Parts: sequence; structure tokens; C-alpha cells
Amino acid sequence: MITIIDYDAGNLKSVQNMLRSIGVDSKIASTAGDLQNAAKLILPGVGHFDFGMKNLTERGMIDVLNEKVLEQKTPILGICLGAQLLTRGSDEGKLPGLGWVAADTCCFDVARLDDSLRVPHMGWADTQFKSASPLFDGFDETPRFYYVHSYHIVCDDDSVELCHATHGYRFVAGVVHGNIAGVQFHPEKSHSFGKKLLASFAQVF
Amino acid sequence: MRRIRVIPTLLLNADGGLVKTTKFAKRTYIGDPINAVKIYNEKEVNELLLLDIDATREGREPRYDLIEDIVSEAFMPIGYGGGITSVDQMARLFQLGMEKVVLSTAAQEIPGLVRSASERFGAQSVVVCLDAKRSWVRKCSVYTHCGMKNTGLSPVAAAQVAVEQGAGEIVVYSMERDGTYSGYDLELLRSVSAAVRVPVIACGGARNVDDFYPAIAQAGGSAVAAGSMFVFQGAQRGVLISYPSETELQERLFQKL
Repeated sequence: MITIIDYDAGNLKSVQNMLRSIGVDSKIASTAGDLQNAAKLILPGVGHFDFGMKNLTERGMIDVLNEKVLEQKTPILGICLGAQLLTRGSDEGKLPGLGWVAADTCCFDVARLDDSLRVPHMGWADTQFKSASPLFDGFDETPRFYYVHSYHIVCDDDSVELCHATHGYRFVAGVVHGNIAGVQFHPEKSHSFGKKLLASFAQVF
Repeated sequence: MRRIRVIPTLLLNADGGLVKTTKFAKRTYIGDPINAVKIYNEKEVNELLLLDIDATREGREPRYDLIEDIVSEAFMPIGYGGGITSVDQMARLFQLGMEKVVLSTAAQEIPGLVRSASERFGAQSVVVCLDAKRSWVRKCSVYTHCGMKNTGLSPVAAAQVAVEQGAGEIVVYSMERDGTYSGYDLELLRSVSAAVRVPVIACGGARNVDDFYPAIAQAGGSAVAAGSMFVFQGAQRGVLISYPSETELQERLFQKL
């Protein structure tokens, strides 16, 4: 059973639809209390960084999440904004992030993109994983995923980098630190590639 | 390798069936939208545009039930347009699992709607579609109400206003090329993509995969959309839902960029 965190900033239905299609049960947690017994968490997210942090705070979820993720080591997967919230903070906002991963979220450096490459980066990109990660299980070719983002994660060092992709320049497409993982792309909108990744998260992560 | 989104455009009519238009007028019935989306899903298409072309004219809201059925089986991003007039309607569409909303008439006629949508859902979720037609002196204007009403605005001006208000993406839909297999209006596309810094999607006129390259490489488009070439086959325009294979897209488009 995977618990999907509802903080009014994510496309819960799509995540739930894809989990159902691969035979994984899920439920939606809209309050701090709903999170207490979660065995595995997904933090989806679309929207502004501060909006996401503010909603998590207002729902009283941050203390519970810190307890679950940092103390009990409950596995968690952040998606898109949900991945960015795992970092210490973002160029997009003023509020601190969850700070679970030694990384920051930065704006795409438009100066490094030629005019044909626009921001938001919107579309599919081949995504290179570090072969050591269990989230990479099941891929026999380089997977491609759907991205929609204007900001990307920058890690302090590459030990927490899970995968990378390219939009004008190479950017971090995912992070992993113990039981904590986050991906910039949308597995729930990435066909068979997304199904494999979510199945790996559900079964082996 | 740079990947470009190749987006089938599906048009819903008044009774919820799928149709394909020619020059925004003559309609050919294609079939059941749920079945079509199922096939596109199996073919792992990049993204879909779903446009209800009768909703605005009928003063009707989106068909939420149909949209929910479509989205629950579709594991790719979908943009929906047609009949949207408020942020609350958009919220409902996003709750159903829709990825983007596409605004055409409402973007031109409801002041502040693009801005409030962008502030609430983020620019990446708000697409403005510009239906454009040339006059006899080749001057381009943006039309609303599914091509019935001329706004008098140039596509460049309309695109700049939309982006300034928070649109994250612009669709440039050539009305006179719609359904004609005559290729994209590259001049129109070039003018719009040069005027804004967000992705611009070419639409209207694509005959086959070879039409995609110039839209990207010569006209500065970021993605390509097409209707007829993904629902018809052969000179008789027999209905057949199709989509180029990954290998074909790589060889004839991505690797050339």
C-alpha cells in the first residue's frame, strides 16, 4: 500500500491511475493523521515551491513527515515539485524546503540555452540512471520520461544524484539518499517507462 | 538526442464523438474518442490535445464524465480545451488528471483568466491556442469561437499578450491549412516563435513526418501537433488511428536536429 500525500498541489489522480494499472494499492492522505501509518509515501506536486511548502505546513504534515522519513526511514518518492521540496530551498520561492537532501533547486540558466530551447522545459527526455539504484531495475534500454519544469535540482556532490537528463545542458533529473528519492519527471505520465519506475519503487525501494 | 513532442490533436463534436475538420469546416466522423485514446496510449504517444470544438458555441461546460473516462486510461500528458470559462472549471479538470488546459476564445474574451489560471496552476499548465487565418492580402488574424469570429489581433500580438499574462505554451493553429496536408504555415509559426520565449506548438497542415522537421529547425517551433495524418490513411482518407514508430521519429526527426 502506497500513501499519496494530498496537499492540494499535485495531480493525485494520475498517480493513482497508474499505480492501479500496475496492481499497486494506494490511498490518499489529506491530513497529518492519515500519514501516521503509511508504509511508503509518494509526494506528487505541480505548482509554486512556496505554495507547496505553505500547504504542507498548514496541514501540519511537516513534523509527521520528518518523523516518518528521517526517524522511521519510511521510503518516499517525490515527483516534480515533490522532488524539489526535498531540497533545502528553491530560486522560485523564499520558504525553506524539507532539506532532506543536500541539494538546492535552481532556475534553468537561460543564458546557457540557445533560442530553440525554451523554458519551461516541456517534453520527453532520455534519462540516464546510475546503474546501482534499485529504481533503475527493469530497464533494459535508456528510459525516456515526460518533463515539465522551469527549475531543476543542483546537488552538493554527485553522491545523491539518481539520474540526469539534458536540456541544453546536463541537469539532475533525480536524487536518492537512503530511503528518500525524488524525480523531476512525471512517471505517472510516462507510459511503460513510468510504470516500471513506479513498480520498482513499490516493490524494491 | 533532442526529442520533440509529436502531438495528435483530437476534436470532439457536440455529441461527444470524434471528428476531423478541414479548414475548420467540413467534418468527417472518426469514431469513439475513448477507443482512439486507448490506441494512442498503446502506441505510447508523446502527448495529446483534446479539443471540444462545439462547447463554446453551445455555451456548454467541458464534458467532465467523458474526460474522466479518457484520462483514467491515458498514461501520457493531455491538454484539454473547449468551453472553459473559469478557474474552478480548470481545477475540476486538473483533479480528473488533466495535465494542461487550453484556452482559445476565453483567453481573448475573459479579462484576467489566463493570469489567474497561471497564478493558481503554474504557467506550464496553461496553454493558449491561437486559431489564425490569413486575409486576401495574406494578413494573419486570430479567430475565436472555433474560427467564427475575427478578433482583428495579429497572432504575434496575441501570443505576446498571452505570455505576458502567464501562458506557458502557445499553439499556433493555421485554419486554412487544417486538414489540407499542405504542410505547416512556417511563416506564421516563425513570426510567433520569434516573438515569445515559451514553447510554441505548430498545428494545421501536417501531411507526414517530414513536415515536422522544418517546423522545428526552420520555424523555431518546439513541438508539432497534427490531426488528419494520425486519423486517416491513404488518398481515400480511410479512418485509421496511427502514430509513427519510435524508430521512424528518431530517424526522420530527432537525429536530424
